Amino acid sequence: MVVLAALMSVPLLAILGKVAVEGVKNLTPQFLFQSTPTTYQALIATTSGTAIPGGIANGIVGTLLMLVMASIAAIPVGIFSGVFLAERHDTIFAKVASYMTDILQGTPSIILGIIVYAWIVIPMRGYSAIAGTVALGIMMLPLIVRSTEEAVKMLPSSYNEAALALGGSHFLTVCKVIIPSAFGQIFTGTLLAVSRIIGETVPLMFTALGCAVVQWNIARPMSGVPLLIWQFFNNPTLQPLLWSASLVLLIIVLLLNVSSKIVANKWKI
Amino acid sequence: MENIDKTILRIHDLSVAYTADKLSVSHVNCDIPRNQITAIMGPSGCGKSTLLRAINRMHELYRGIQVSGQLWMNGLDLLKTNAMQVRRQVGMVFQRPNPFPTMSIADNILAGYSLNGLRLDKSQRQTIVEQSLRSVGLWDEVKDSLTKRGTFLSGGQQQRLCIARALALRPSLLLMDEPTSALDPIATATIENLISELKQEVSIIIVTHNMGQARRISQKSLFMYLGELVECGDTEQLFSDPSDSRTRAYLSGHIG
Amino acid sequence: MLKKMKKQPNAQHSFSIGGVVSAIQNPDKRFTLLLWAAALVVPLICCAMLFSLISDSVLAFGEFGIFKFITSSQWSYTEGHESCGALPFIVGTLESTFLALFFCIPFSLTVALFVGEYYKGRKVAAVFGTITDLLAGIPSIIYGLWGFYVLRPIVVALGLSEQGSCILTASMVLAVRIVPYAASLSAEFIKMVPAELKEAAYSLGATRGEVLRTVVFPCAGSGIFSAFILAIGRALGETMTVTMRIGNTNQMPTSLLSTGNTMASIIANQFGEADGLKLSSLFAIALILFTLTAAINLIGKILIHRAQIR
Repeated sequence: MVVLAALMSVPLLAILGKVAVEGVKNLTPQFLFQSTPTTYQALIATTSGTAIPGGIANGIVGTLLMLVMASIAAIPVGIFSGVFLAERHDTIFAKVASYMTDILQGTPSIILGIIVYAWIVIPMRGYSAIAGTVALGIMMLPLIVRSTEEAVKMLPSSYNEAALALGGSHFLTVCKVIIPSAFGQIFTGTLLAVSRIIGETVPLMFTALGCAVVQWNIARPMSGVPLLIWQFFNNPTLQPLLWSASLVLLIIVLLLNVSSKIVANKWKI
Repeated sequence: MENIDKTILRIHDLSVAYTADKLSVSHVNCDIPRNQITAIMGPSGCGKSTLLRAINRMHELYRGIQVSGQLWMNGLDLLKTNAMQVRRQVGMVFQRPNPFPTMSIADNILAGYSLNGLRLDKSQRQTIVEQSLRSVGLWDEVKDSLTKRGTFLSGGQQQRLCIARALALRPSLLLMDEPTSALDPIATATIENLISELKQEVSIIIVTHNMGQARRISQKSLFMYLGELVECGDTEQLFSDPSDSRTRAYLSGHIG
Repeated sequence: MLKKMKKQPNAQHSFSIGGVVSAIQNPDKRFTLLLWAAALVVPLICCAMLFSLISDSVLAFGEFGIFKFITSSQWSYTEGHESCGALPFIVGTLESTFLALFFCIPFSLTVALFVGEYYKGRKVAAVFGTITDLLAGIPSIIYGLWGFYVLRPIVVALGLSEQGSCILTASMVLAVRIVPYAASLSAEFIKMVPAELKEAAYSLGATRGEVLRTVVFPCAGSGIFSAFILAIGRALGETMTVTMRIGNTNQMPTSLLSTGNTMASIIANQFGEADGLKLSSLFAIALILFTLTAAINLIGKILIHRAQIR
């Protein structure tokens, strides 16, 4: 029993170990602040025996930009929707919407990718960061709805009653009592949602596509860290960069996860 | 005319139904005296909290609860007035102390104003916080920690904070739903003394299933049984010479 | 008597389309409208998604017929001789998913018991709980890399497969991907078993194993079952890890060691260069996959709701 449970942590150690050992080799400041090298540059560097130049700045910028835009759109909608579903959990509409949230949350990311391709990339006649943002936002939305809904449902109903018994309006009660009281859990859920979508490769493949330089124009194709990992995986000359890019992604994801745990413990009411 | 002045709230034919086929509070008629303490007592599930919550329209927060009748206060029928205005004039204290967990002590006192969207300037805020805390005897205990969270106080202090929160809006009527049932005997005694003093400022209706408490603090008592108002009258008289056999049975411990 | 009772004007719950106009003046009603609008977003996305999937796959279904599309095992796009059927991918998906589930069950169950029952509330359990959460959070592409660089050499060394790319390897990576999810979900249900029931069994002299068999599993059983259903839902749509390991060939998988393709991986592989009929066929596959995962998720969630109510 203990052995089987311990066996479970073997993959974790194997993954972390492999990524850490291989990844540290190339992890220099220039790796974080320069764009991806071309295959040609990498080939020259390899044959002449020097380290491959360049890094993943284009991916980091792209990931952050799309993530921030997706969050700005998805977080308020998700929180209000979650409050609604929690407050009226006994109505038919709320039940249907709640099941729809489950379905959307369980939809494979590849389907979201091609749907956003059909919705945005085809009408805009080209891949763009906007499309990537929409795909990430749709992935994020049900996660935030769910965590808000759970958080609000767990609040004692006497907070809501006390606020309304003071003559408070529904709007101010939600904004000043309900959401602040549930804030810890909502924040944890949001951090987890971000950490979940930050590593998503598939929905970006057919939406943001990728870009070799740092791109700030959101109507143009843009890269992301997971996209670069996929690109390095498929391109033998760039493979030395693979592990460092994975290490960066892994560190970000684990940091987000750990901080969400800390926040969850801190904000317990 | 004199009679109306002495009455803060006239309950006329009030009924509450959770489900369509059963009345949880049926056809209650009663006058609540001004600047006195009225106790509603009765065994669990007799509808005393349901009656209380009908007065400040709390039943509207939940679906499918039907309330009928009239509640006359200051010349207005509370059931036909805007619910928020009603709740501003009728404060409520709950069974468990429930200061808002993310607000400081001062913000909790001012919650009634901020939740109504009313803006106050700094001196007004200070006056209201100090007056409200003084009126519940909490000022000296917390005056140095007004910016701390209200949830760090002890249970009895939290409940007094909740009373102060309700009083800050200067309501004409204060509803208390078993305010001491979650507290220890010492905190209970403090709250009871406080309630007795507060009747100078505000009329109070208190729900309790503790007969002793009703006898100790109230001037008028209502006895409810199975959703019906069985008897209502002077506390002294109701305890010493109940007119209904069910009241007598309850007071002597034969039912309950 | 009851008919005379009038329903009170209901501040929080009244809403009608006609009320929209009057809502503009009242801030509280405006807020109610805002909440409604926000809550409509998810259902709208779902419906629009279903609509798009259907309308984009009409071409393929019209060309090949729905039944033939699902049952045919040909997938070729030679000009003039297009014939396509999704059967190899459906089979590949189901095969890899259930094989992954087979690997997943013993591990996730032990971890769940470990965290939720045996060491409940102790440090070891907390550490293991954290590890499972972290494992669940690692992006799937990194699992794919692990499958390629760590697992594949082992499979090749064992002589199971020359390339190390086959359904078996794919499902092993898939299993590692879903174990944490299934484990943490089942642990929740095991934790929820009321202590009084267990105490009652212990007070009758039951051993720990007997308590597990007679109290914990029957009580948490439906919850654990739904956890595995949801894990299946995850595995069905998992793209990256599978694409990197399954070999990506478009024929019927003949054995566990043969290469194949899943519905998700065929879309990932061929969507980029697809157009016309092929694009529509890929959308048709996506529609099948969506229906499958939606159904699985719905069933799982309904079971969970029932388990929680009990």
